[in-house]
Amino acid sequence: MSADLHTLTLAQMHSALQAGDVSSRELVDHSLKRIEATNPDLNAILQVDVEGAQASADAADASRSAGNAGPLTGIPMAHKDIFCTKRLNTTCGSRMLENFAAPYNATVVDRLNEAGMVMVGKANMDEFAMGSSNENSYFGSVGNPWNKEYVPGGSSGGSAAAVAARMVPAATATDTGGSIRQPAAFCGITGIKPTYGRVSRYGMIAFASSLDQGGVVAATAEDCAMMLHAMSGFDERDSTSADVEVPNFAAGLNESIKGLTIGLPEEYFGDGLEAAVGDAVQAGIKELEALGANVKSISLPNQHLCIPAYYVVAPAEASSNLSRFDGVRFGHRCEDPKDLEDLYKRSRGEGFGPEVIRRIMIGTYTLSAGYYDAYYKKAQQIRRLISDDFDKAFESVDVVLGPTTPSPAFKRGAKTDDPVSMYLNDLYTVSANLSGLPGLSMPCGFVNDMPVGMQLVGRAFDESRILAVAHQFQQATDWHQKMPATV
Amino acid sequence: MSWEVVIGLEIHAQLATKSKIFSGASTAFGAEPNTQACAVDLGLPGVLPVMNAQAVEMAVKFALATDAQIGRTSVFARKNYFYPDLPKGYQISQMALPIVGEGSVTVAQTDGTEKEVGLTRAHLEEDAGKSVHDQFNDATGVDLNRAGTPLLEIVSEPDMRSSAEAVAYARHIHSLVRYIDICDGNMQEGSFRCDANVSIREKGDTELGTRTEIKNVNSFRFLERAIEFEIERQIDVLESGGTVVQETRLYDADKDETRSMRSKEEANDYRYFPDPDLPPLVVDVTFIESIRATLPELPHVRKARFIEDLGLPTDDAVALTADKRVADFFEATLDDSFKPRKAANWMTGELFARMNKEEVSLSEVPVSAEQVKGMLIRMEDGTISAKIAKQVFDELWAGAESADAVIEAKGLKQISDSGAIETMIDEVLAANPGQVEEYRGGKDKLMSFFVGQVMRASKGKANPAQLNDILKKKLDG
Repeated sequence: MSADLHTLTLAQMHSALQAGDVSSRELVDHSLKRIEATNPDLNAILQVDVEGAQASADAADASRSAGNAGPLTGIPMAHKDIFCTKRLNTTCGSRMLENFAAPYNATVVDRLNEAGMVMVGKANMDEFAMGSSNENSYFGSVGNPWNKEYVPGGSSGGSAAAVAARMVPAATATDTGGSIRQPAAFCGITGIKPTYGRVSRYGMIAFASSLDQGGVVAATAEDCAMMLHAMSGFDERDSTSADVEVPNFAAGLNESIKGLTIGLPEEYFGDGLEAAVGDAVQAGIKELEALGANVKSISLPNQHLCIPAYYVVAPAEASSNLSRFDGVRFGHRCEDPKDLEDLYKRSRGEGFGPEVIRRIMIGTYTLSAGYYDAYYKKAQQIRRLISDDFDKAFESVDVVLGPTTPSPAFKRGAKTDDPVSMYLNDLYTVSANLSGLPGLSMPCGFVNDMPVGMQLVGRAFDESRILAVAHQFQQATDWHQKMPATV
Repeated sequence: MSWEVVIGLEIHAQLATKSKIFSGASTAFGAEPNTQACAVDLGLPGVLPVMNAQAVEMAVKFALATDAQIGRTSVFARKNYFYPDLPKGYQISQMALPIVGEGSVTVAQTDGTEKEVGLTRAHLEEDAGKSVHDQFNDATGVDLNRAGTPLLEIVSEPDMRSSAEAVAYARHIHSLVRYIDICDGNMQEGSFRCDANVSIREKGDTELGTRTEIKNVNSFRFLERAIEFEIERQIDVLESGGTVVQETRLYDADKDETRSMRSKEEANDYRYFPDPDLPPLVVDVTFIESIRATLPELPHVRKARFIEDLGLPTDDAVALTADKRVADFFEATLDDSFKPRKAANWMTGELFARMNKEEVSLSEVPVSAEQVKGMLIRMEDGTISAKIAKQVFDELWAGAESADAVIEAKGLKQISDSGAIETMIDEVLAANPGQVEEYRGGKDKLMSFFVGQVMRASKGKANPAQLNDILKKKLDG
């Protein structure tokens, strides 16, 4: 096979494998070589499992020969380093877990293993998934493959950069406030955060439990559909996972969007949106209209409350979720603690980076006696209002569409001293987390040679619809086929 | 000044589930440290709690047994604090919406009266692990076997007015949770622990005084003493012009005193919030009714039945209904051929004495209710005397098959043939002419001497009533 194997999409790799044009071992070896060649510049992959990947590839080839291959069998991929894996350490981008070897696989990892996918490595990320630029990783920041001076977005920056650089055709990712969709937009690829409860959180290290959701980044909506199908479904080990049927997402991709009504929230196109990004999204909307969709202006009147509510709820849950990292049983422990308090303070002070500490402080404050009602409780009430806004919108539209982010990728270091401006990256994405709805980002153009993403939000458990809209869009456009020059 | 004591109890009953409240690890007591703690109990990254349905059933069972409201939708909350034996840095408990709401129990007091005690609530929560301070030089060990063990925290209203009332209530709950089979009640192993909230006020006051909380008392005797000490201490403080400080105190059994553990000011801010890993727990009518169907006849109902239908004295009825297994055993010994009271007498006398002597519980008694029934039948029909019954019971305890088999094998059948008894009496009287003379001269006490001699001659088998009767006739002539 050619040296261009890495430019194939996941679906194309599957076809090539089925046709016998390539073996899984070749795909995996090629992926490992791509990582070796391009990762030193980008730092998207933290650890590589050469031996394990090759063994899994050989096993996949054997099962294909035996006639037991599924759509994902033998295809290389990377896991965001937030998913616990028995092979390789699971660091969550933190010094705290630098040497943590999980004794179990996350449910997502097990399911993709069972589907025959081959993990080649673990992807870099913002520490504990807290960040929008991947500059908060203890293991170094990540370069955007379109221009390594720019950030790839976060927190799933490593996953998105690895896919954009075509080290792997797809990667797992997680999204608490936009951590799949924003890096997908910044890196010119497709990413989906499914409905809360669609994908098990078991073995996915918790940031904010009521918002966290696992998903996929890949080149196309079709690839996302194929992988999401294998990851989804009820898990008895996660009480918040939903016991609802998982449709074959890939099978519904060709459903026409003629007559579909797309809602455009006026709040998504107002202040804060960079004009050139707005133009790219408007051009995308024109394409969808050309495909037969109707567009309609709608309002999400509580949109302005999303960021404040999110930055109360997420840190509150995080402050509690991260209490287990205390230096007692696993993770970083300070040298020579002189007493218990010293052990706690130094182990945590040394093990966590500044953004994580900032959010623990915020969350601890908002849950404190006397402040709970004013902050946490109020934020939960706002969540209800935001959900109600979407419910109302979905009475008259089938999907909600807007820009994924207010601006394209920014330069590394540009916002590291300004947390609030960093937080505003999530302006259009957090509402899907607060309401639990599925959201997808797909490329729709470029601004100053950096990709721009367009976001679709669907009804609960209606991932099929947003995947189909994205697929139809990608059948008519070629933004998703653009690759960085280095590829 | 005259003081009124106000006491409320918080009881932690460990639920007798096979596995932990949020994980599949075993709850068995006494295993090697940290061998019964899985990834969930260790609080490893990424793991999640899953509710144990058996614990929910037991909580609902408790609610039904105390006529309490059942929280149809209850919510788990995180209680956040750092401690090495608390692996996640928070305890999963219930705060605003507990599974068991208001209820009440009627508690028998030692003076024979009854008192109704209100239950504020009962909620499900997980236990912490154990810190081991005395086995390692300069270091503390952590054993997480107990982490995640299900607890039902039962909170009473401040309805008790003395240490005796508090103990009676604690005993009542202790008996009840064992009776409905949701807790083994083992206080040494920590399966049943009490915290007492104690305050005093001037008689006639309607406002409550400042309370102190005495933590983790693990025997009824200590509970009584701890409360007594605390009442005296608070009276001393107030009568010497001081004020009681709201604080948590520990009872030191060796010194028989309570001492301050932490004050309200030092208390943790637990930052409770609903646990986002666990959806609200919903119990529906069908579930509640299925639990109701498994509920045994409750002790107070059974006690009333024993008194009214079986004719037992109140004392016996109380003693026999404190433990469900005892009550079941008792009912299984009954037979139409004798009065229930006979079996009750025998159990509260002979059986309980033997159990005390051997230091065993009923489940360890090697004699079945069926075997006891066989023995009681033979006592009733005169085949054996109460005295011989003791010997028969010894043999049953040692493994004999049945009372009849023992009687047959050992030849213990009572001699009720008046001719045979008369012959033995004649022989005894003939052998002791001096004593006969003394008796007839007015020394009545010698009667028991003759009875003893004849009994010995009969190897204990002479029917005592007949023996007495005939002997008296012979001597008094």
